[in-house]
Amino acid sequence: MKAKNSPVRFRIGKNGFFKGVVIAFAFSCVIPLLFILAYIIKAGITKINWNFLVNVPKPVGESGGGIANALLGSIIIIAVAAVIAIPIGILGGIYLSENRKSKLAYWARLSIDILQGVPSIVIGIVAYFWLVKPFGGFSSVSGSIALAIMMLPIVVRSTEETLKLLPDTLREAGFALGMPFHRVVLKVIVPCGISGILSGVMLSIARIAGETAPLLFTAFGNPYLSTSLTKPMQSLPLLIFNYATSPYNDWHDLAWGASCILLIFVLVLNIFTKIITRKWKVQL
Amino acid sequence: MKTFENEAVIARGDSPRVITGSNTGKLKKTNREKHSNRQIWTESVFRRLLFIMGVLMVVLVLGIMFTLIVQSVPSIKALGAGFLWGKVWDPVRDIYGAFPFLLGTLLTSFLALAISIPFSFAVGIFLGEYYPKGWLPDLLKNTVELIAAVPSVIYGFWGLAVLVPIVRSFESGIGEPPIGVGIFTSSLILSIMIIPYAASLGRSMIQMVPSHLKEAAYSLGATRWEVIKSVILPYVKSGLFAGVLLSLGRALGETMAVTMVIGNTSGIPKSIFAPGNTMASVIANEFTEADRTVYLSALIELGLVLFLVTVVINMIGKKIISRFTND
Amino acid sequence: MESTIVRSIDYNAYFGDNHVVKNVNIDIPKNNVIAVMGPSGCGKTTFLRGINRMHELIPGATAKGKIMLDNEDVMEMHPIFVRLKIGMVFQRPNPFPNLSIYDNVIAGYKLNGIKLPKAEKDKIVEQSLTKVALWNEVKDQLNKKGTFLSGGQQQRLCIARAVAMEPEVLLFDEPTSALDPISTSTVEELFHDLKQNYTLIIVTHNMQQAARVSDKTAFFYMGELVEYDETKRMFTNPRDTRTQNYITGRFS
Repeated sequence: MKAKNSPVRFRIGKNGFFKGVVIAFAFSCVIPLLFILAYIIKAGITKINWNFLVNVPKPVGESGGGIANALLGSIIIIAVAAVIAIPIGILGGIYLSENRKSKLAYWARLSIDILQGVPSIVIGIVAYFWLVKPFGGFSSVSGSIALAIMMLPIVVRSTEETLKLLPDTLREAGFALGMPFHRVVLKVIVPCGISGILSGVMLSIARIAGETAPLLFTAFGNPYLSTSLTKPMQSLPLLIFNYATSPYNDWHDLAWGASCILLIFVLVLNIFTKIITRKWKVQL
Repeated sequence: MKTFENEAVIARGDSPRVITGSNTGKLKKTNREKHSNRQIWTESVFRRLLFIMGVLMVVLVLGIMFTLIVQSVPSIKALGAGFLWGKVWDPVRDIYGAFPFLLGTLLTSFLALAISIPFSFAVGIFLGEYYPKGWLPDLLKNTVELIAAVPSVIYGFWGLAVLVPIVRSFESGIGEPPIGVGIFTSSLILSIMIIPYAASLGRSMIQMVPSHLKEAAYSLGATRWEVIKSVILPYVKSGLFAGVLLSLGRALGETMAVTMVIGNTSGIPKSIFAPGNTMASVIANEFTEADRTVYLSALIELGLVLFLVTVVINMIGKKIISRFTND
Repeated sequence: MESTIVRSIDYNAYFGDNHVVKNVNIDIPKNNVIAVMGPSGCGKTTFLRGINRMHELIPGATAKGKIMLDNEDVMEMHPIFVRLKIGMVFQRPNPFPNLSIYDNVIAGYKLNGIKLPKAEKDKIVEQSLTKVALWNEVKDQLNKKGTFLSGGQQQRLCIARAVAMEPEVLLFDEPTSALDPISTSTVEELFHDLKQNYTLIIVTHNMQQAARVSDKTAFFYMGELVEYDETKRMFTNPRDTRTQNYITGRFS
């Protein structure tokens, strides 16, 4: 070892130096995040008031107006996506954890791995050809389905990982009581893993709440309030993208307020998930 | 299971036997068996439902691939392999060359990686080796994970409002045209966004280094840093590489933040400070205005390339991880 | 001679190509305690799990032959019916961690979706817990989670859970191997009371336990049923040299 020849004092000094470097680099990662959070909240919070929440955007030149259309649109699009993705995702996760060695499970697992890495813009393209072009126009439900496809791998994976960790003795206890397979799964296994499954569901919602790219060619955006699933619909990220890249200050203000709301929603959901997962954990 | 036999079981009802100390009468037993017969039906439906879910996942991914390929066919037919090397993208004159976007994607992604790696590795080493437990490392870990939670459109907006002016004054300071938007700004934003991926993987890999290896080095009088440098890092280097690959996959496909700050010009970028376009950003910008079949198809072919590249990179990364964790 | 309740006829069990239980023929009389013993890997647990069709839950596991329960072949019945009639208690206590003590006892009804009036549920819970000598210890904390109990109490809770379903046969897979000596003797005492109402088949690798609790003993070796006889007779005068070797501790 070369280090043997160098004086011990120098090696100790080097040790301390690199420790300092690692700590400095590690903690400096946090700085941009804090800076972004502070900036968005400072720029956005002053724009948020009752009128901001219940009005639709005003045309360029008129001040005031709000983001009610985007807020309602985001809620609808996310809710529909969740209704589609959560049952499919949980059942898919159950399938993978119950069939660890089958051929189909291998391919399904591979598919989920692939799906997890697919860029969101590609999902947008595909959703356009599956749901927009054949039905003759942009629609909020096509956006929901695009987002549901993005949620799916997270829900499937977290369900599978959670259920795999549960001891086999639990399943056996259920079967030994004469319970059919579906009841063992739904009444014993899923309730015992519910905290892990729920945290996956919540993280997936947090993830898609801010997704913009899959909505560009599907939900498309809409300057007016719309609740129709078959018509274009505005959403917070779409509004932020469109108004942030516009040259108008009034629109920038709307985008800042919308960013602030979206950011707080996403962060609260993430932090809440962490707390819930710790609290609800079933003692095995 | 043969159903007629179940029916026989039911029809027979209760078998002759003595139920001593029983609190359930014969009638109840029969009811229970009828109930169970219904359960058997539901059970088989449930099994079939799970199987369908498995099939659905495979079909979904095959469908995505199929759709991208089919929709790319007009472009592949019209433009051939030259599409990828063509240096000019001018839809007005019907010329489609993807090279500027390939270059833009590679430049932004690798520049972002180069910037972010020291930070994400530092987080990995700090949390994996120096301080794996305690409230401060926990806080750092959770905060770094939150970086991945912030929506990319918000990074983009913040980049436009804050980063672009800073880069602009920096550019005028070093004698570059002060544009602000461009490859460099995109890379900066991306480098922040991809830190958590390599960091969290690095942390879990470093924590898996067997302590007897470290102890062997310590017992020879090595310092902490020497242990990290000559035991831990060599041991986890494939894992760290996988983390870098996952970060890269994320950077290549990132759309919104990049679209908002890259400047969206279709020429070949002259320097890293020049504006440009990535594959993802050109799709986001031009997809809804592409009015001709070949134009639209060319954009989808870009999507197909992006899809294939990210799939390959992610698969290699995951393969390395699973090999590492199984050893 | 008492009537036979379980009879296996040429029963064979496999894990893939691995033949783990070979041609077992055995008659189990009603209201008896049967001990099944043998060295590890002799197929005793596999045989036990075959009786209520738990064996086939393991991927790749198959079985051939007949297991008659009241003159009805278990192998031809749907596993659900089998398991309603043949209860099982496992090596490690496995109460449902998300259920209270009360709900654990009636889990077989509750989780199977069988609706019972509250009074009847109370009755089943009290009777079942009394049968396993746990009622007095837990009657004031029925709403606590089952996992709060000690290991021995948890195991008795699991027995109560099986008893609550009013099965005809109870299978025990090394039920005391995870328990301390005091809990073990409590559970062993239970066997004497339980055999009044049920037939008990107990897998154990503890010879003293087999001698203490059982009426008849079956000795398995390398997947075969080597000897099956009155417990007293087998321990004093084994017929097969392999049994003798095992009992005298020449191999384990």
